[in-house]
Amino acid sequence: MELIWQGALKALELLFTFDAEVWAITWLSIKISGSATLISLFLGIPLGIVLALSHFPGRSFVAAMVNTGMGLPPVVVGLFVSIFLWRSGPLGLLDLIYSPTAMVIAQVIIALPIVAGLTMAAFQSLDPKLSLQLLGIGASRAQLIWLLCKEARLPLLAAVMAGFGGVISEVGASMMVGGNIRGQTRVLTTATVLETGKGNFDVAMALSLILLALTFAVNFFLTRIQQREQLRWPRLS
Amino acid sequence: MAKTLLTLRDIVVLYGERVALSLGSLEIKTGNILAIIGPNGAGKSTLLRVMGLIQRPTEGQVLLHGTDAFTGNTLLLRRRIATVFQEPLLLNATVYQNAALGLKLRGMSAAEIERRLAPWLEKLGIAHLASRSARTLSGGEAQRTSLARALALEPDLLLLDEPWAALDPASREEFLLDFARIVKETRLTTVFVTHDREEAFALGEQVAVLMGGLLLHCGRREEVFFQPNCDASAEIVGMSNRLPGTIQALDEAITSVEVSGQILCVASHLLAGKKVIVCIRPEQLSLQHGNSCASPYNQLKGRIINIMPGIGTYQTILDCGVFRLIASMERKGFIEGGYSEGDEIIVTVSPTSIHLIPA
Repeated sequence: MELIWQGALKALELLFTFDAEVWAITWLSIKISGSATLISLFLGIPLGIVLALSHFPGRSFVAAMVNTGMGLPPVVVGLFVSIFLWRSGPLGLLDLIYSPTAMVIAQVIIALPIVAGLTMAAFQSLDPKLSLQLLGIGASRAQLIWLLCKEARLPLLAAVMAGFGGVISEVGASMMVGGNIRGQTRVLTTATVLETGKGNFDVAMALSLILLALTFAVNFFLTRIQQREQLRWPRLS
Repeated sequence: MAKTLLTLRDIVVLYGERVALSLGSLEIKTGNILAIIGPNGAGKSTLLRVMGLIQRPTEGQVLLHGTDAFTGNTLLLRRRIATVFQEPLLLNATVYQNAALGLKLRGMSAAEIERRLAPWLEKLGIAHLASRSARTLSGGEAQRTSLARALALEPDLLLLDEPWAALDPASREEFLLDFARIVKETRLTTVFVTHDREEAFALGEQVAVLMGGLLLHCGRREEVFFQPNCDASAEIVGMSNRLPGTIQALDEAITSVEVSGQILCVASHLLAGKKVIVCIRPEQLSLQHGNSCASPYNQLKGRIINIMPGIGTYQTILDCGVFRLIASMERKGFIEGGYSEGDEIIVTVSPTSIHLIPA
């Protein structure tokens, strides 16, 4: 108990004295996971829409791949991204291993199937006849997609939350492709692992609390938007 | 003479190997109201989607105002048509936002949308619901919103895919009355799909009969309902009594037709020896007790073997020896006649009420 109490006090001290290194790590985490989430949304939402609305040979196979990817272990992603970006690997010339860019790439690979899979499910949960009705009152193809996105906005927000949650909390891939280099690729999760390994539970707890607060803040913001739109269910007796 | 608004030429729609629709030619004139009837799977909804330029046919041409819709600017032409479907799927927004959607998609200003939409919300009795969430509406209210959304577009052609089918009887009657009034007032060119013969006859000036993707008959409603062109079309329009017969002789305007040993007189000009299908609508048959009646033509002896009471009409199945007939009588007349199962009766039908289809 003493250990936990000391750890909590140290965490608060680090937080409220605005420790430069802690805030640098936090900012890097936001930049890397935020970028990865945005790229995943940019690629994953169109992919999910295509898989939900179109018919092409191999669609089921791609959909199965996406669904499988939703449960992709970060260490497996880390391993393959490392192999590709390794100095002697196929993309070694790009010199990206142990860089924030490599971490973004790995996190995009983790978040993309989550966003695409949940987008596909969100669109498939819409009544297919809705598209006909919108076309029937003169919607263009682009307007149709936009209106369907608006109609599926609640599950799409869930896709955003799941994508961000998946990358901000992962440690395996970031450790493997980023290398946890101080001041360069150290993020909240990798730093927590390192400090725990060194027995610095107070610092590890501070980092964990920031990670939790960050995740909570993003999800609270998105949940507020999501729940504001939700119809109230009748009270059940 | 009214101009042709929509022309369908050699339309074929395939779903895989299955032919969902195969039409030779169909024209819709400006101001016409066309009812499409047919059994489930006849291709009615597919036809409506092709007409609405929502679905591209596998083969054939759709011309709107003489312009080939699928080779030119399809969106521009599609925006001159409005389609209302059976299920009024509305977006998660207010009634007003839903009803205004079509106008908004056309980039209209809020003031213009208000000017065009407000009268329709009033006429359809949903103005007081404008700020309500569409998700809280009853089926009838949602369908009225859907209709307001289409009518506010002031389309050249209104397409309706059984929009009243899922409504309860009271809402349906109210909706149909409003719809009939609006169509009459606006003279809007309308095509609607229905399963209900009464609705098709009451609302459609023209009627098209569809079965198995084929257009069996298209013409004025009296022609389609009383002079169908084939056995299948006769069945769909409610000619319940269809009997095989042979023309015996032609005497001026009256033709004698032999049906299972009985002779029927028909006002027709078909040649002797020709095989025909004798078609009689159930409501064209008259029943009488006793051994004689006033009519000099077509007196058949029969026995009532089944009575199906209805609110407006009573249906009876009559055993006339070698064939059976279905007769339909007004409730009041039926009750006053005191008919019951097992009664021996005389069935009469006027020669002008029998229609012959070459077999």
